[in-house]
Amino acid sequence: MRLRITSEHIKGDIIKRVEDLSGQSLLECYQCGKCSAGCPVVNEMDVIPSEVIRLLQLGQADEALDSKTIWICASCLQCASKCPKGVEFSSICDALRQIVLRKRLSTPRMDADEVSAIMVSDAPQMGVVGALRKLNG
Amino acid sequence: MKIPYYPGCTLHERALDFDVSARECAKTLGVELEELPIWTCCGAVFPLVTDSVMEILAPVRNLAYASREGDKLVTLCSFCYHVLKRANRTIRTDPEKAEKANLFLRADTEAREEIESYTREDYTGQVEVIHFLEMLRDLVGYEAVAKKVRRKLKDLRVAPYYGCMLLRPKKEMEFDDPEQPSIFEEFLETLGCDVVDFPMKTECCGGFQIVSDEDLAIACSRNVVSSAIKRGADVIVTTCPLCRYNLDKKQEEMAKEVRGFRKIPVIYFTQLLGIALGIDGEHIDFTDNYVDPRPVLAEKSLL
Amino acid sequence: MEERIGVFVCHCGSNIAGVVDVKRVAEELGKYPGVAHSTDYTYMCSDPGQNLVKDAIKEHNLTGVIVAACSPTLHEATFRRAGRVAGVNPYQVEIANIREHCSWVHQGEKEAATEKAIKIIKTMVEKARLDEALDPISVPMTHKALVVGAGIAGIQAALDIANAGHEVVLVEKSPSVGGHMAQLSETFPTLDCSQCIMTPKMVEVSQHPRINLMTYSEIDDVAGFVGNFKVKIRKKAAYVDRDACTGCGVCVEKCPVKTESEFDEGLAMRKAIYTPFPQAVPNKPVLDPEHCTYFLKDGKCGICQKVCPVGCVDYEQKDEIIEEEVGAIVVATGYDLYPIENMGEYGGGKYADVITGLQFERMLSASGPTEGEVRRPSDGKEPKEIVFLTCCGSRDPEAHMPYCSKVCCMYLTKHAMLYKHKVHDGQAYVFYMDVRTAGKGYEEFYTRAAEEDDVLYIRGKVSKIYEEDGKVMVWGVDTLTGKKVEIAADMAVLGLATVPNVAAKKLANKLKIHTDEWGFLAEAHPKLRPVESLAPGFYLAGAAQGPKDIPEAVAQASGAASKVAHLFAEEEYHREPIIAWIDEDTCAGCRVCISVCPYDAAEFDEENGIAKIQEAICEGCGACIAACPSASAQQRNLTDEQVYKMVSAALEG
Repeated sequence: MRLRITSEHIKGDIIKRVEDLSGQSLLECYQCGKCSAGCPVVNEMDVIPSEVIRLLQLGQADEALDSKTIWICASCLQCASKCPKGVEFSSICDALRQIVLRKRLSTPRMDADEVSAIMVSDAPQMGVVGALRKLNG
Repeated sequence: MKIPYYPGCTLHERALDFDVSARECAKTLGVELEELPIWTCCGAVFPLVTDSVMEILAPVRNLAYASREGDKLVTLCSFCYHVLKRANRTIRTDPEKAEKANLFLRADTEAREEIESYTREDYTGQVEVIHFLEMLRDLVGYEAVAKKVRRKLKDLRVAPYYGCMLLRPKKEMEFDDPEQPSIFEEFLETLGCDVVDFPMKTECCGGFQIVSDEDLAIACSRNVVSSAIKRGADVIVTTCPLCRYNLDKKQEEMAKEVRGFRKIPVIYFTQLLGIALGIDGEHIDFTDNYVDPRPVLAEKSLL
Repeated sequence: MEERIGVFVCHCGSNIAGVVDVKRVAEELGKYPGVAHSTDYTYMCSDPGQNLVKDAIKEHNLTGVIVAACSPTLHEATFRRAGRVAGVNPYQVEIANIREHCSWVHQGEKEAATEKAIKIIKTMVEKARLDEALDPISVPMTHKALVVGAGIAGIQAALDIANAGHEVVLVEKSPSVGGHMAQLSETFPTLDCSQCIMTPKMVEVSQHPRINLMTYSEIDDVAGFVGNFKVKIRKKAAYVDRDACTGCGVCVEKCPVKTESEFDEGLAMRKAIYTPFPQAVPNKPVLDPEHCTYFLKDGKCGICQKVCPVGCVDYEQKDEIIEEEVGAIVVATGYDLYPIENMGEYGGGKYADVITGLQFERMLSASGPTEGEVRRPSDGKEPKEIVFLTCCGSRDPEAHMPYCSKVCCMYLTKHAMLYKHKVHDGQAYVFYMDVRTAGKGYEEFYTRAAEEDDVLYIRGKVSKIYEEDGKVMVWGVDTLTGKKVEIAADMAVLGLATVPNVAAKKLANKLKIHTDEWGFLAEAHPKLRPVESLAPGFYLAGAAQGPKDIPEAVAQASGAASKVAHLFAEEEYHREPIIAWIDEDTCAGCRVCISVCPYDAAEFDEENGIAKIQEAICEGCGACIAACPSASAQQRNLTDEQVYKMVSAALEG
């Protein structure tokens, strides 16, 4: 696979939007991968956290927005806590989710009527509320 | 000592066992937890995007209510603690958001007369949000707790599970060292427990993903539970209803997947404290636990 | 004599001339009272430019020179030299700064800038009219150097200064010379044994006729100034008369107390009375009262004193203060490793099999606690898989140190290689972000480790280490494949950041020399004066100035030594004469100047009841001049009268 890198992509609106929404500076990431090394759900991700940041550094916003990764993140904050450069992947991930959810770029990851009956009757409310807020917007 | 208390939705309903044991323990230790006369959901998750104002209104509103009751607010649930503390910090450090949030609070007041007295003034971050564990350590004092211990738990091997929300992000939570925390261990030592140090104590239980991607969350929980079992724990203690749910109830699924899976009870730290303080059984309710802790507690003569 | 001042306006290419109308400036100044000649030129600092100044001095018989150009920090010395050659006293040559103070900050305001340039030059003409001819002040100089720290940098500096013919006092705080280099096993990229190349120098420094070696000693106080420092050295109580001691070692052998050895980084024990290592110089013990039973339990024990055949153990010994006079000071206080306990996510200080690079050095050393065998600290077994971690605390502005510690990539590569040489069937992994091999033969060394010794380099950082089933579990990432990786290793070695020695920061305060925000000694110029401190008379060597490897430390030490030799090449030290003086006729002897002088240069003349300035000490800071209520304290060539006239010229029109 070949990536076409252009200055237009690198300085693209969505990249800027991700930086603004997340409050993170993408170029501060030096790709050590410590975020990925400590991520508890990295096994399920198609693109690991440090690679998501790399895609954004290269201006490939669409690939980042299309990744399964952003819906798998559980916001445990290990990545942000471990980063030697103070870059919070968890915030970048939230920003990417928000861009998708606000623009309805795809159907929401989760709808209220999808929450299983057992969850509604059994799970702590905080879990249901949390999931809907993170994954539905 | 009276101190304002925010139970949060889950403790108000699904995690009554947590709420009841905590109130009773506090009482035994001479602290009266005064539930806020009016409160709402905290929002359950703290928004990580920079343009969030709507998303912090719920916690700020609760903090504004709390400011009428005292200068401190005690919580138990890790998520509530996390959200309230970070929202409070946002008010303290981001004047623009603080102003906007207060505009909304004023609108609340106009709409609902009965809460007028709670939001008459702007909220400026004056309330200090503290966790029940911090209250025990800093306000009651672990020494005073130790003096009230009636049952020594020295034969009980207890694994303290911190999870994520109390510790991270370090700069905002200022709760403990996120890599090698000790407040929970010190608490358990106060009760005379045999504390089990297990390496997954600060790893994620899967959190809210249990609702949307159960397998994913169970994989996380299994990692935590297995680690504690491997270190020979009799019981895991937690501070969070969602962690309790993922670690305890999902052992049914874990057992299906892993042959010879040995189950381990997961209880709230206030339940263990209650046992140590010799509190009446009716306040220490284990009927909601999937893995019943009573056999192991009975074995150690703690019931 | 009527002043005849020359004004030389520099274009500085277009730097000045692009904004300031230099022709008009030169023309205007030509009309100013006292100015005998005024002209402009493209580059006044160039050879033709300087010749223009020199020729004009002779042709117009000038008594003073103003060069209107860049900041005096750049070319004041240049034009003063030119003035001297052509017959004008250097202190009657002045710079009017019309670049930094004018053209650079007023681009786009050409007219106003030109007016301002004219005023700036006029003020300097007013100053120059009253400038006296001055000569540099000569002060006597002690041709003896103090070197602080006797690691490889301090040893090299001491030897080089001594071999240049000067006396040296070499002070080391620990019981032996050698520093960290003496702890190392073999050194990259040649793998020569550290002790083999180090010990001859250690012996040489102790036997050199011009070096006075003082181990187990610290700097208490430094007073004075370049050429004339007075140093108080605290010779710590060793509770052993180390001059009389024959180094027989009976006391050490019989001492019943064991405590962790600093030299072996806690991997082995030493006695309470000890020499840090067998090749120590001097090879004579000191007694550590913090662990000695005699000191802890009120005189119980006393075995060492009983067994000493020459009776040199003395429990009553006290610290001794020794005063030395020196002309120059070389600071070579070295480095420490960043504390392993700060690496919480790696279980630093918690897990026995997670160790520091220096601990691994001791393990690899033939004279170390395992005699060169690689063994797990927890159970003494030979590790079959070892993980090496670079950047532990380095390049981490969020939680630790932001800088690159420079040596870790190379020494961990060496560790992995030496481990493979000792344990042939073992596997070494190195987690890295970049492998930094900028040094002669370094890249080749790294290539050899990866290609010939099968060291597996994994690009990514480790997020967590914990113990499980007798293994050290490492959670890392391979960013090249985009996979999280887990390794069940037997040991982990952390390449911890290099930080300045703990004691060095305190010492830097005592010496009043600058450090950077991390405590590394600050050089006078990052490129052109890398071995000098900004404070005159202080020179820097080794890792105290910044992380560096052995060849760099040695090179810098030799550089510092040559700067000392340069200083000592003159009989006397020459200082700038722009200093304070006291008008004896008006001084009332109120002593305000004495109380404000930060250099103790103002003193009281009891006989005449007035203040006096010691020319050798005064730095010309002006504090006394501002404080003097009767205006009796004055600065040479910057008198109240001069300042008044300069201000008047600036305000005129």
